[in-house]
Parts: sequence; C-alpha cells; structure tokens
Amino acid sequence: MNAKSKTGLHGMSDKTSDIVLVVLCSLIMLIIAYPLYYVIIASVSDPYDVYAGKTFLLPSQFTLEGYQTVFANKDLLTGFLNSVKYTVVGTLYSVIMIYITAYPLSKKDLPGRKLISIFFIITMYFGGGLIPTYLVVRDTGLLNNMWALFLPGGVAMGNVIIVRNYFENNIPKEMIEAAEIDGCDNLTTFLRIVVPLSKPIMAVMVVFSMVAYWNDWFTALIYLNKAQAPFPLVMRGIVITTEGLASMTSGMSYAEANRIAELVKFASMFVAAAPMLIIYPFVQKYFEQGFMTGAVKG
Amino acid sequence: MNSKATAKAAKTAPLKKVRPRKTLGQRILENWQLYLLLIIPIVITIIYKYIPMYGIQIAFRDYKANRGFFGSKWVGWYWFERFFTAPTFQRMIVNTVKLSLFSLLWSFPVPIILSLAINQLRFKKYKRVVQTVLYAPHFISIMVVCGMIRIFLSPYGGLINLLLGTRIDFMTVPEAFRTIYIASGIWQDAGWGTIIYLATLSAVDPGLYEAAKIDGATMFQRIMTIDLPELTPMIILQLIMSASGLMSVGFEKVFLLQTDLNKVTSDVIAVYVYEQGIVDHAYSYSTAIGLFNTIINIILLIVVNNIAKKAADVSFV
Repeated sequence: MNAKSKTGLHGMSDKTSDIVLVVLCSLIMLIIAYPLYYVIIASVSDPYDVYAGKTFLLPSQFTLEGYQTVFANKDLLTGFLNSVKYTVVGTLYSVIMIYITAYPLSKKDLPGRKLISIFFIITMYFGGGLIPTYLVVRDTGLLNNMWALFLPGGVAMGNVIIVRNYFENNIPKEMIEAAEIDGCDNLTTFLRIVVPLSKPIMAVMVVFSMVAYWNDWFTALIYLNKAQAPFPLVMRGIVITTEGLASMTSGMSYAEANRIAELVKFASMFVAAAPMLIIYPFVQKYFEQGFMTGAVKG
Repeated sequence: MNSKATAKAAKTAPLKKVRPRKTLGQRILENWQLYLLLIIPIVITIIYKYIPMYGIQIAFRDYKANRGFFGSKWVGWYWFERFFTAPTFQRMIVNTVKLSLFSLLWSFPVPIILSLAINQLRFKKYKRVVQTVLYAPHFISIMVVCGMIRIFLSPYGGLINLLLGTRIDFMTVPEAFRTIYIASGIWQDAGWGTIIYLATLSAVDPGLYEAAKIDGATMFQRIMTIDLPELTPMIILQLIMSASGLMSVGFEKVFLLQTDLNKVTSDVIAVYVYEQGIVDHAYSYSTAIGLFNTIINIILLIVVNNIAKKAADVSFV
C-alpha cells in the first residue's frame, strides 16, 4: 500500500510533487512580481543606467528626483489630491448604497422583494450604452461635477448580491429575532446588529470601491474637465502620450529633460499603484469567503 | 373526491386562523423603513440606468440637443446602414471578434490550472504568499499596466528589448498587438480569476483526499479525479459568462495601447463608439453602433446558454 503511494502511476511520490509544485509556483510569482519590482528599481535609478540594462536586480546611482518631480508638479499633485478626494467620497457613497440596497433585499418576508431584485439585476446585463448615459449625465447637470463619477454607476449590483448573501447566511437569525422582541424596529436592527456584525464583508466592499475609484480615469475623461482630472488621467499625458511632460521639463537641456521624463514615468506609475497594493492584503482572507457566499446563490 | 378535498380544507383552515395572518397592506406598512432605504438606490437607478436604456431610441433618430431624446426626427435604420457601409466596418468586426475570441481561448484555462496547483500547496503560509502575489496586478490601474507595457516594449532601453537584445518598436507592429493585449491581460487577471475556483475547491470534503491517498492515488490523479469534477459546473458557468461578452473587448486597454501604426489590428468597435460619440459628437451614430454590439452580445448569451444547458444536461444529470 505504502510503496504504491510513493511511486504512483506518474512515477512521482507526493514529496516530489510537492517540490515540483513549489518550484512552479515560485516561478509564477516571479513572473507576476518582477515587472512591479523593476518599476520600483527604475524609479530610483539613473535613467541612462536603466537604458543600459544595469538595473535588472538593484538600483544604480540612487536618486529620488523622480518622486520629487511628481509631487512638485502642479498637474500631478492636483491629480493626486483629486484622486484622494474621489476615492474617499466615492467609497463612502458606494458602500452606503450597497448596504441600504442589500439589507431590505435580505429580508425574505419583504413584500415585492423579488420584483425589486429583478429591477436592479436587469441593470447588470443591459445598459443604455456610452452616449445615452452621457446625455442623461449632461442633462442632469453633472458635467464637470465630481458626482458624475459616482451616480451613473447606479448601484454595484454584483457587490449587493455578495453582501445580501452575507446578511442571509452569516448573521445569526436569533440575534435579529432577539432584537425584534426587544422592540427594535428594522432600522435600529440594521444599524445596531447587522452593520456591526458584517464588518468583514464591509471591509471587502470598502477595498473594492476604493480600488475602483482610485484606478478610474475613463469616467473622468468623459465627464470632467482638465483641472478635475484624477491622477491616472494626468499620468496618461506622461506614460501614454507625452504631452504632459513639457510642463515639468521646460527650460531644461535635452539630456536633462530626457532624464527627468524617464524618472517621472516610473515614479508616477509607482505612486499610482502603491496605495492599493498596500491595502488589499489586509482584507485578502475575506475575498474567498465573500466570493463563496456570493457564488452559492447568484 | 371533490368533497373530500373541501372537507380537508375546512379542517385545516380554522387551524391556520389561530395565528391571525397579516394582510399585504399591513406587511407593507410594517416594513416602511425598508422601502425608505430603497428609495434612493431606486431613483438613481431609474435616472442613470433606465432612462439611458429608453434613450437608446436615438439610434433610430437624428438626435439634436434642442429636441431631446423623443423630439428628434425618426430616421429608421439610417445609422446602421451607414455603419455597415463604413470603410473600416469589416476590419473592426474582424478585429473585435479575433481579439476577444483569442483572448478567451488563451486566458480562460489559466486561472483553472493555477487554482488546481495552488489548492495542492500544503504549507499554508506559502500558499497565502502565492495568493497575495498573484492577486496584486488586479489592483493596479489599467493606466499603470498600459504605461508599463509601453515603457517595457520601448525600443530605447525597454525591459523586453534589453532582455532580448533587440531594438524592436513593438507598439508599431500590428502583428504584435493581440499578443501584447492577451499576454498582459493574463498577467493582470489570471491570479484574481483563481478566487472563484479556489473558493469552490475549498468545499471539497478532505475525507475524499484521504481515501484517494489510501488507495494510492498520486497528486496528479487526485487533481484529475477529485478537483476537476468538482470545478466543472463552475467552469461551465464562467465560460457562459465570458462567451456572452465576446463582443465587448476591454475598451480602456485597447484605447491606451492603440497607435497610428498598429490600427490595422487594434481598430475595434468599442473605440469607434467612443471616437464617434465623445470626440466627434455623432451621438445617434455612436448609439447605433453600441446597440449593434449589445444585440450581438445578447444573442451570444442566449446561444451559449442554450448550448451549455444541453451539454450540462447530457453530461451531469
């Protein structure tokens, strides 16, 4: 028995398979992580050494000029502050909307629950499309208004379903019944029992919303003006087109302008990516849980 | 028979009446706070989701701002005909289908294979590290990813050219566009795609593995006989969902990776919708193209769903 399990059909014992698996996974991790690592290295190295391929593993001629330029530049700094504002307001708005939609829909005895669910779920599959939505945003006076980033998204129904299922499955019914016997009305039960007991899923929703708003640029491109542009949209002028570079390299020699331009490219990418990369591991253990409760009953 | 049934009903009816049932009106009144909570989401959804759906009719009208959605002149299929006869029509359709089809074929299996491998990792801490690293790219803005792509592929000191020892300007090579788009897509989302599969696999009864081990099954055999069958319904569900979005390519990424020189392969419907609508203000024309795209997606959803239903009926039930 034992001998058989050590040299199975594919000639690999469990121990060998384990080693192969660990090597394989480490290789995959390297492929995923190295490009990000390279951006960090290149953002603090002399661009001419980056050009010459001297920065594969470690920085060369360490410098922070890239980051100094990013935060000294008016457009990028404004973009950064705009992004912070949109992320904070957007996340608050989004999580509140998800909660006030999910809670009533989690009440099985609510008359009309099914109809209201269908009303929201339809918007997951059908939409007006780019232009009709744009025209409604324009006609409701939201052009060049921060709220154009949040309202046209409606309610994030996928997230609502995850939260609703969490309410149904993970909050002990006895707690809610006890609260009702104590004379709590629906709203008090919601605020006193349901909200505090659903912190894990709330953390996931906060992170999802933060990531969505921090990384968004297209909505801002359509609805907002240049001064309201969030960080990724300002970055577009640096890493995709090059029209944004002129403002930070004016008056420099060609070589110096080139140097700063390269540094700013890498530094701005790091500034855009870092905040979310720091935050998500804190709620990572809840992701699977959230997806599981979400998947059980779509 | 009939009298028996009524007798039964008569017997049970009084029993039910012991606990007085609330009328619908009473139940609605009792839950007024819940309806109050729902008012804001419902109003926002009506304004920003349902009114635009109603506004799709400008695809059949000649939209003028001063006349609005409903006052503009009805022109029937005019915009659709214009789109079908546009010089780049065929190219856009072919590019859209090719890009999303190849994308699906290459990207779809990767999270499945990854999750089967990760699920077998026995050292819990190492497993957690692998997952953390694999999820990372998902949290990065598409703008940063496209910036990285452009910089890494630059002929002047770009990482890829340095590693290959070449000086190719990949962004101007039409043949390279799809590969760039798909490979970077796998890099960014394959790890995140494992979550749903890992969550499904976590429901597998550990006793099954123990039994298989006692029977002498190798790790590979355990994956093939226990894990893969467990995943199959989820794989089919995911496939239906991906296939129904076949005509909706990732607009943002194509938009950011498109250059004048790679347009031969990167020109897709979604970018045309944006250019016509937002840049050129051809509102009705743009809406018509978007509607055409949506309808194809809905047809795909129905077709794929039916195929899967039949296939699933045969193989599972």
